[in-house]
Amino acid sequence: MRQFELESVEAIDQAVRHRRVHDGQAFIAGGTTLLDLVKLDVMQPEKVVDVTRLPLKRIELLDDGRLKIGALVSNTELAKHEIVMRDYPVISEALLSGASTGLRNMASTGGNVMQRTRCPYFRDPDMPCNKREPGTGCSAIDGINRNHAVLGTSEQCIATHPSDMCVGMVAAGATLVLEGPDGQREVAFEDYHLLPGDTPEREHDLKPGELITHVILDAPRGGGQHYLKLRDRASYEFALASCAAVVNLDGDNIGEARLALGGVATKPWRADAAEAALKGQPATQESFERAAEAAFSDAVAYSHNGFKITLGKQAIVRALRDATARARA
Amino acid sequence: MAPVIRHSTGVGFCTPGAQADIAERPSAVSGKTSETRRITLTVNGQQHDLQVTPNAILLDVLREQLNLFGTKKGCDHGQCGACTVHVNGQSVNSCLLLACMQEGVDIVTIEGLAESAGFEQGHHPVQEAFLEHDAYQCGYCTAGQMMTASAVINDDTIDGDEVSLREALSGNICRCGAYKNILDAVQSARGKMRGGQ
Ligand SMILES: Cc1cc2nc3c(=O)[nH]c(=O)nc-3n(C[C@H](O)[C@H](O)[C@H](O)COP(=O)(O)OP(=O)(O)OC[C@H]3O[C@@H](n4cnc5c(N)ncnc54)[C@H](O)[C@@H]3O)c2cc1C
Ligand code: SF4
Ligand code: FES
Ligand code: FES
Repeated sequence: MRQFELESVEAIDQAVRHRRVHDGQAFIAGGTTLLDLVKLDVMQPEKVVDVTRLPLKRIELLDDGRLKIGALVSNTELAKHEIVMRDYPVISEALLSGASTGLRNMASTGGNVMQRTRCPYFRDPDMPCNKREPGTGCSAIDGINRNHAVLGTSEQCIATHPSDMCVGMVAAGATLVLEGPDGQREVAFEDYHLLPGDTPEREHDLKPGELITHVILDAPRGGGQHYLKLRDRASYEFALASCAAVVNLDGDNIGEARLALGGVATKPWRADAAEAALKGQPATQESFERAAEAAFSDAVAYSHNGFKITLGKQAIVRALRDATARARA
Repeated sequence: MAPVIRHSTGVGFCTPGAQADIAERPSAVSGKTSETRRITLTVNGQQHDLQVTPNAILLDVLREQLNLFGTKKGCDHGQCGACTVHVNGQSVNSCLLLACMQEGVDIVTIEGLAESAGFEQGHHPVQEAFLEHDAYQCGYCTAGQMMTASAVINDDTIDGDEVSLREALSGNICRCGAYKNILDAVQSARGKMRGGQ
């Protein structure tokens, strides 16, 4: 394993100042992505900045009803927080469907947002990969791509974004708070992750020197919520297809539905075409199936992952059915 | 408090072996060698003064500097649970923790599990149950299984039904497939430790 310098910071401005001065730096929170990838030599930081002493460990209910989550809150703590379980079950369920008990104890909210793709070619420095080494080519497009994306892909990269939590947050609605050398700014959660396009190495809207300090969840949308994750084994596995659904009924019709998809797309995916197809429609199997068709109308399959289009549609229908049942309960 | 044990020799480099192929790749070794630093770790109630490099992984330090071989290295990447230890009572994967970031926390390994839970003599109830239920074959995953199980049993947010326990224990892979007996052992230990709860 490569050597690096390690420095611990006690204050946010110290962390942010650090990144501006030096290149080749990485923050470390839980370490479950960073150390995994340093051991593989996929990430090569010269200096690692330990941010775990920063005062970003609280979950705070704001006056306007939104919920402000510190970037260092662990995945376990967030999933099991009273308010999250009550008002944002879609996020709690998404978190608990991810990784394992031990990893969730270690993993942070900020680190989860920043986790890297599980594309096996990205994880192998001997293979060409545009995301790891721009311009070398994509090994997955003509390789084994069973786990890869069918939505939001480009000719340069078809890797999925692996997070479950992020999919729940897109459905619930959220804002990221970033602190950098030029001060603080906010970004809508669903705009934060970027499509690969011609620059798959650019995965998010974090500028050099910036730190995620908080995620603020929109005020609760109520309704029925559900996160459904489909995968090769029942637990401790990434999604092949997943769907986060938040459904508000208006009588027997759907008032507003918010849908996000995981496992099938290059970023945590808001299924807005499906949402539009549901608005004002009767909450029936036929409406759910029409929405699922709309969500995948632009999907592009590669040699091994065509099944994800079928699986993704089924995930939407089932998640909507369960969320609607909960909205009625 | 027992005296601090000083470990002046041995530097916590990553184990050769699993990563040897990577170490040989020229790009993998950064130009400058990092300085070692002194840290104090509290393991099984005992303080240890250690000299480690910044990239030293807790799992490697436990095994190579503290000779605590009960904690196993399976995958070295968070994918198997063989390296599970407790940090402040929570189960964590020691293969993805930097030793230098563990100062000031309580680390418990399988060697200290019984004592940490107040069983000064003999075994922890989870260890007894694994014996009774024959919950292992080769035994390689067993320490990790027991560390996760003991933390899960103490966790009030995890129910004792089969589905909840299987889910909570899923981060510990058993290559021998001893899952049925492992689950029986954990349920039996849970019953003994928590009564009807
Ligand atoms: C075996 C295994 C299985 C897994 N299964 C799943 C799964 O099923 N579903 C799922 O969603 N995830 C899964 N994960 C991924 C896991 O959720 C992430 O590794 C974890 O959330 C990362 O958080 P961390 O705090 O450990 O990040 P770290 O490793 O500490 O950091 C990750 C990256 O984020 C950067 N970073 C950290 N904090 C900040 C911050 N505040 N601001 C800016 N940058 C920051 C770091 O520099 C680094 O580049 C799995 C991981 C493993 C190893
Ligand atoms: S899909 Fe993306 S991450 Fe995977 S090999 Fe291609 S460029 Fe790299
Ligand atoms: S050795 Fe740590 S999880 Fe496998
Ligand atoms: S007993 Fe052999 S791996 Fe579990």
